Amino acid sequence: MVIHTISLIINGTEEQLQVPSNMTLLHVLRDKLGFTGTKNGCEAGECGACTVLVDGEPMNSCLVLAVELNGREITTVEGLAEDGKLTPLQQAFVDLNAVQCGYCTPGMLMSATALLRRNPHPSETDIQEALIGNLCRCTGYQRIIDAILKASRNGGTR
Amino acid sequence: MKNSESSLIGQSVRRTDAIDKVTGCAVFVDDIPFGPNLLHSRLVRSPHPHALIISIDTKEAEQLPGVRAIVTGKDLSARLGLYLIDRPIFAEKRVRYFGEPVAGVVATTEDIAVEAVKLVKIEYEVLPAVYDPVESAQPDAPLLHPDLGSYAVANFIFPEPGTNISEHFKIRKGDVEASWSDCEAIAEEQFRLPPIEHVPLETHTSIALSEKSGQITLWASSQSPFAMRDMIAQCLGISHSKLRVIAPLVGGGFGGKAGVTMEACAVVMAQAVEGRPVKLRLTREEEFVGTSVRQSLVSDIKVGCDKNGTLLGMELTYYFGGGAYNDYGVNIARAAGYSCTGPYNVPNVKADSLCVYTNHPVGSAMRGFGMPEIHWGLEQIMDQLAEQIGMDPVEFRLKNCVRTDDEIVSGMKMTPIDLETCIEKVSKAIRWGKVEKPTAPNKKRGKGIAIMWKAPAMPPNPGSSAVVIFNEDATVNVEIGGQELGQGAFTVAAQIAAEMLGVSYESVTVSYPLDTKYSPYEWQTVASRLTWSMGNAVKAAAGDARTQILETVADHWDEEIDDLTIKDGLVISFKSEREQPLDKMVIYGLPNEDFEGWKGGPVVGRGHFMPTYVTNLDPETGQGTRAVVHYTVGAQAVDLEVDMETGQLEVLNIASVYDVGRAINPDLIMTQIEGGAVHGMSSAFEELKFNESGEVLNSSFVDYRIATMADIPRKIHGDYVETPVDDGPWGARGVGEHVMVQTAPAIANALYDAVGIRFPDLPLSADKIFLALEEKFNRGK
Repeated sequence: MVIHTISLIINGTEEQLQVPSNMTLLHVLRDKLGFTGTKNGCEAGECGACTVLVDGEPMNSCLVLAVELNGREITTVEGLAEDGKLTPLQQAFVDLNAVQCGYCTPGMLMSATALLRRNPHPSETDIQEALIGNLCRCTGYQRIIDAILKASRNGGTR
Repeated sequence: MKNSESSLIGQSVRRTDAIDKVTGCAVFVDDIPFGPNLLHSRLVRSPHPHALIISIDTKEAEQLPGVRAIVTGKDLSARLGLYLIDRPIFAEKRVRYFGEPVAGVVATTEDIAVEAVKLVKIEYEVLPAVYDPVESAQPDAPLLHPDLGSYAVANFIFPEPGTNISEHFKIRKGDVEASWSDCEAIAEEQFRLPPIEHVPLETHTSIALSEKSGQITLWASSQSPFAMRDMIAQCLGISHSKLRVIAPLVGGGFGGKAGVTMEACAVVMAQAVEGRPVKLRLTREEEFVGTSVRQSLVSDIKVGCDKNGTLLGMELTYYFGGGAYNDYGVNIARAAGYSCTGPYNVPNVKADSLCVYTNHPVGSAMRGFGMPEIHWGLEQIMDQLAEQIGMDPVEFRLKNCVRTDDEIVSGMKMTPIDLETCIEKVSKAIRWGKVEKPTAPNKKRGKGIAIMWKAPAMPPNPGSSAVVIFNEDATVNVEIGGQELGQGAFTVAAQIAAEMLGVSYESVTVSYPLDTKYSPYEWQTVASRLTWSMGNAVKAAAGDARTQILETVADHWDEEIDDLTIKDGLVISFKSEREQPLDKMVIYGLPNEDFEGWKGGPVVGRGHFMPTYVTNLDPETGQGTRAVVHYTVGAQAVDLEVDMETGQLEVLNIASVYDVGRAINPDLIMTQIEGGAVHGMSSAFEELKFNESGEVLNSSFVDYRIATMADIPRKIHGDYVETPVDDGPWGARGVGEHVMVQTAPAIANALYDAVGIRFPDLPLSADKIFLALEEKFNRGK
């Protein structure tokens, strides 16, 4: 296995890393860097639990090899709240009980963050289309939609 | 309590775990770091649904660099189980389902473990398999467990050795044969459901460490760390004190993480590599193939009523397809037996509820525990019967539904409930009787209703316990053994403790992860029992702490306890109007006057709860004084439309109302009602599919579809009524499972209303509906 030296900017901090060529971003984040907020749900790009932002775009981190991302900016759920202050989106998830077991929550937040940056005032249908790849077995989804709508009224992602 | 006005009970306080979960700080078992010492493992699974193991050759696999150990069932004849001890950790001489663990490989990396699995050579002699529970219950069916008669079994479970029947529960009440002649209408039908999966977003994961001292630690995603410890300790013949189970937050359970799934495999593998932690993390494919399922069911139902629509007789046979090992399944069949009629008064009942071994994955607990399965048929046949005598389904249900103090099918007097109000509320919310316009000309629209009941299905005496301790600043730690699966158990525990102690909700923390070494005992987080049972224990523990505090202060002030209370973190006297802050005194106590000695000391409240009033049922008639602790009841109504060109069904509205006894946290109840309605809706379209060789065909999210954000109803109208139980905290009872029990039959009834076709078998797939529409309307010819 070839080992590559790469640099990733994770939540604003540059990390120099030695990664084997077959290692996905998901495993680099979780196993090498300890960013375990990003969840492993299927490793097949089917559940969205591992969604992170790569240069602002939502991506299933289980489907992308870390070596392909040399020099790119990665945002994980740990990078959302700043100085202990939740983003309006995180706050809306808390306020509306859009969280149950919490395993899908980080991926939901990352997909929704990308959506709100792209489209600050999405319709319910826009939200459903953007988050159709994020599965949740607990909430029935409506609270998540309502939280995103609430966040869009309260300043979105920041 | 002096202050009778509850301040926190009935308030939708914020979840204790929400901030951790939105910031990525919440720790699940896969998130725990173990460092470079960690070994990885994979299971070798059976490629046959039923076969004898002739030989296992591990030589080549052992020689692969990086492989540290390979374990098989040959050295382990002990079995696992809770009600019926029937399951080996690794298959011993025989495999009974496709995907059954036969061997475990431990290696330095997961990749090496995957390679080594391919090198384990196993020779099988394939045996005939049986999948249909009705066929499997016949005397000539291939026998799965020739040793059934030698398995240890709970005294309320009745297996039939020499057959595949692992439980046979009977109801014999009144004279059902004689009742038919009094009936004006009789409906008879067979209904079927396939096995379905729980599909938590977090797959089963565990890490085990066996130390040279003999101490074993198991980190597991578990709904029931104590039951897990009990089952594995008994199976391996070790002391409970030598096995410690640590259970962090659970990423979705739904019953699938109750008991033991694959965690014992991790323990046995860890024993082979002493001193090194071994991780076993199921892939998504394994989660579909190798974990327990909701059992399949074939129900034969015959029911009759008189000309006024009053139910007179019911004859039922339930064949639960229990899968390869029926441990939990036997109690599901029992629960389905003593609740066999659904929430109806029926004077004459003959019922046989069977759990039957089949060559399918292990049938086990899933949200509803037998009730979604039996209500699928019951709630459709009630509509059929109502139609036969020309009665409205709502009116029919209001006439026949069970009420407080009625003698129900098991002979027990019904605990306090108000099902009629639930029915009336959903009827109103769905605008029952009003014909709605379809949203497009190619669609037909319909409405349906279904009602339910469910009791916690448990041994008679499952216990809960809790400990309440203070920090110096009078913040509180609540120690419990019940698990947070997303339902909000920790929040409710904190609310109850704060209410009893007279402190703010924000000052209470619930200690986790659960740890059998430190957490007080809790039977299991199943049966929707935590708010009720653990709630009672937390209330008692906080009450105990409260009494200790008041005794100290009363002594200090030379007043009577009855004149004191605690409010906003202050002990106050109604009599003298004196105040004593809790901080410091809950640890250091209070000094006597002139500092001549001290009173009190660290406050530690302890409490427990165990139902002591459940009685046995007669094995021949199923009759007894109190089969269960109590029932929760509810109603759902569905408004849907069907695309007549494609067979696609769209659920537009769901109304869902339950009698919760007392709402401790109303919004958490609503989150269960909403999530449950979507889970119930999704379940109507789900099926774990097998080919004729017993192989699972849909082991991914693409092939096994669960509801996505785009599939949800336009509106879920949730509500509850409050008829307090006599044995719960402030009258509260559980509602976590009930909320999905009757969604599928409510959909089926609405579908019938829309297109006039009955679908006795789940799933309600579009192709099935399309073909039925073709046939009914003579299309395509």
